[in-house]
Amino acid sequence: MSKSIKEMGWDELVPGAALFSFNANVDYLMAETQPEDRIYAETNSKNAYVGDWRVFKPVWNSELCIDCQNCWLFCPDTAIISRNKEMVGVDYDHCKGCGICVEVCPTNPKSLLMFNEIEKNEDALTKWPEKKKKGEEE
Amino acid sequence: MNRKEMELNSVEVWDGNTCNAQAFRQASVDVVAAYPITPSTNTVENYATFHANGYVDGEFIMVESEHAAMSACVGAAAAGGRVATATSSQGCALMVEVLYQCAGMRLPAVLCLVNRALAAPLNVNGDHSDMYLTRDAGWIQLDSFNAQEAYDLTLMSFKIGEHKDVRLPVISNQDGFLTSHTAQTVRPLPDKVAYDFIGDYVQVNAMLDFSKPVTHGVQTEHDWHFEHKAKQHAALQGALPIVEEIFKEFKKLTGREYNLVETHKMDDAEVAIVCLGTTYETATIAADELREQGIKAGVIAPRLFRPFPLVQLAQKLQNVKALACMDRSAPGGTVGALYNEVAGALFNTPARPVLRNLIYGLGGRDITVNELKEIFTDLQNDAKNGKLTGKIQRLHGVRGPELSFYEL
Ligand code: SF4
Ligand code: SF4
Repeated sequence: MSKSIKEMGWDELVPGAALFSFNANVDYLMAETQPEDRIYAETNSKNAYVGDWRVFKPVWNSELCIDCQNCWLFCPDTAIISRNKEMVGVDYDHCKGCGICVEVCPTNPKSLLMFNEIEKNEDALTKWPEKKKKGEEE
Repeated sequence: MNRKEMELNSVEVWDGNTCNAQAFRQASVDVVAAYPITPSTNTVENYATFHANGYVDGEFIMVESEHAAMSACVGAAAAGGRVATATSSQGCALMVEVLYQCAGMRLPAVLCLVNRALAAPLNVNGDHSDMYLTRDAGWIQLDSFNAQEAYDLTLMSFKIGEHKDVRLPVISNQDGFLTSHTAQTVRPLPDKVAYDFIGDYVQVNAMLDFSKPVTHGVQTEHDWHFEHKAKQHAALQGALPIVEEIFKEFKKLTGREYNLVETHKMDDAEVAIVCLGTTYETATIAADELREQGIKAGVIAPRLFRPFPLVQLAQKLQNVKALACMDRSAPGGTVGALYNEVAGALFNTPARPVLRNLIYGLGGRDITVNELKEIFTDLQNDAKNGKLTGKIQRLHGVRGPELSFYEL
């Protein structure tokens, strides 16, 4: 696709409400290629910023994380970035701020916490709570 | 093809449902997903029997509703297969949401719609309510007037819908019970001839092509929803010459002629009836009897309800003085849809006949030759006076006082 889809006339569109994820035929093994190494088409949702919904964002504390992959598994937007079973961070272009990742994080204290969207991540990391004792309220 | 050939006689006695099932079998459909509903049940029931007896090598999916049936068809078509199903009435109503998906995704599925009334009150008999319901769903709609035509048109549906410049789903309509359950002589094609006529299925943008992954039925909002709908409209309108071409090809193969607009004695007709379905054949008998009395009567019927052959229809009506548009569906607070279409086709043409709208035959009520002759007689009065001599709309054959809300 040479033209941006927003400039295309009706007679230039691909028939059917279909979108191609990749520009050309895929000649590599998709499952073994990391997302950042794939050749996405303009129409791929990977290229769309959809973080505007967020009011609170998850901040990740790598010191506490045990790489259990719970957050990666449960995130409904695949906005947790994980490589070789190691937690890498949050994809803020696609995270909607739902807080599910925080909810499922098993460490004590949690390795992911929700902060106000306008809070800087390095400031957020200084405000991490202490380890909770048994029976203490969450 | 990994299936048993079926020996067919040159003439078979089939009802309309058998015709559909045989056409599915001969088209070697990959997936039929079906939920039975009267009067189309026998289409899928017959097909299931063919499947059980080894005459079919595709998949037959039994689903829990018509919504699921059409959804399974859409899924299978998007994955890259030739698909078909059948339905009627309430089942069709349940499918409607997915009908729009199918057309918007440009998947050439085939749906045999055996026309039946819509509840309430519940009624299993024929009228065109379900056909009208699917009017704007973006499907091509062919209409057969008897069993032979149901067979021919269902076969042609595959070829039309799958044509590379069409890529749209097709509904093959027939009248509930009158066609679907009446055994008539039908001349089928041998399996190989039928299959070769339709051709192999060529899939486009198949979802299961891992070298070029594609997302079907995406969200577009205002960004380009409008452009997609424009493209769909252009494909529908552009289908008319392709349908004509395929009709010609079919005539070469079988000798059976189909036209975008079917006519009976229209060349010099002064009064005419325009209708859909089996009423066409009854009206031709009425016209023939009136011709013997010197009345220039004719019958005309669009072979396609969508895309509607506006120009072709208007051309054939330029010499007609009075015309009755017969709508076999409850009008729902306005004139019938066919009347609207025909009026729309004629309004900007030089010669316009006087138009009447007759709502008739709802829920399977009969329309007889004598009644049609009476309608022709009314038209003669209109023609003689050069204007309407009665009301614009009449509910023909309803019990009680005459009913029409529309007169000038
Ligand atoms: S907040 Fe929700 S969307 Fe964002 S990373 Fe966590 S689970 Fe995913
Ligand atoms: S759920 Fe918590 S501990 Fe597990 S990988 Fe995610 S951040 Fe780390």
